[in-house]
Amino acid sequence: MNFHLRLSTLYRQPAATALLAAATLCATTAIAAEGEYALTIQDHRFQPAELVIPAGKKIKLSVENRDATPEEFESHDLNREKIIAGKSTITIYIGPLSPGRYRFYGEYNEKTAQGVIVAQ
Amino acid sequence: MFATAVIVFREVLEAALIIGILAAATRSVPGRSRWLLGGLVAGLAGSALVAASTDVISAMASGVGQELLNAGILGIAVLMLAWHNIWMTSHGKALAISAKNMGNAIREGRQENSVLLVVVGLAVLREGSETVLFLYGISASEGAGASSMWLGGVIGILAGVAVGYAMYAGLLRVPMRWFFAATGVLVLLLAAGMASQAAHYLIQADLLPSLAAPIWDTSAMLSENSIPGMLLHSLAGYDPRPAGMQLIFYALTLATIALGMKWANSSPSK
Repeated sequence: MNFHLRLSTLYRQPAATALLAAATLCATTAIAAEGEYALTIQDHRFQPAELVIPAGKKIKLSVENRDATPEEFESHDLNREKIIAGKSTITIYIGPLSPGRYRFYGEYNEKTAQGVIVAQ
Repeated sequence: MFATAVIVFREVLEAALIIGILAAATRSVPGRSRWLLGGLVAGLAGSALVAASTDVISAMASGVGQELLNAGILGIAVLMLAWHNIWMTSHGKALAISAKNMGNAIREGRQENSVLLVVVGLAVLREGSETVLFLYGISASEGAGASSMWLGGVIGILAGVAVGYAMYAGLLRVPMRWFFAATGVLVLLLAAGMASQAAHYLIQADLLPSLAAPIWDTSAMLSENSIPGMLLHSLAGYDPRPAGMQLIFYALTLATIALGMKWANSSPSK
């Protein structure tokens, strides 16, 4: 009885570990496949001002506006535009892009809010 | 000041052109001015509301609330414009040529007027909320130069309204026998352009596949920032880097409304 139990736990443990490992692997690959990137806006500037992403893949970009005033993430190169209220975060989907440089800017503060996405 | 004027002008332009075209297209519909004004006021009130709740809207539908709202507004506007155009094809000429049965005209005019109210309201709502947010940002930012930016905002609004009015006045000069064809084509292109923009928002929200983007790139030839580019964008949905799905939406809308107009024109329903 005792032996059986021990054997079964012995069997079960690696199985559980393997399962856990597989799940973790799935989760990490899911995140990697999802391709999530983040930008922040502070004092009407994008950080980072240059973001490198893989070419040929759709990515999910979140943009956090730390300023109190609203901003509009706009890019003619990427054909995207979206308003970000003050002190909030938005999500925007980009790509798949062919390799190259894609400029974006904050329409409400175009002088300072400039950035570029580099697909490679 | 100049930058502010340009941004506000760009936002106001589209709504102003839509109102100008619709005001001309419905010149023979009784009581249309009051409904136009009603749409304008409702749109402005809605703009303030949408602007005030931008953060809430953005957070809806797992972060794509803004795109859904825009696509929804555009979708309804496309349906309304389609209905307007088909209705005008079958009734507009009769309304214009003779004031035949006045009661009938008013009853039919009321239906058309409510469409007018909705389209104008939605156009103002969509462009207006961005303008409100932008101007709010200006007023909230540090005092230096704020007054000159406000002046820019006012100039932008006036310039946009002026272009819309020019469109209206220009259309009224079109001889009567070309008039319905001219306004019909303009409304048709407006609707197709809006459908393409709706697709654009749904792609941005990752709810529709882009089907290859961009299909072409004419930004070097005709930039969306140039005045002709802006006008073409507002009037016919010009996009220098369209996605395949946008083209499909554009073509389908164009074909469907054109067929509807043809059918309304040939059916003897008078």
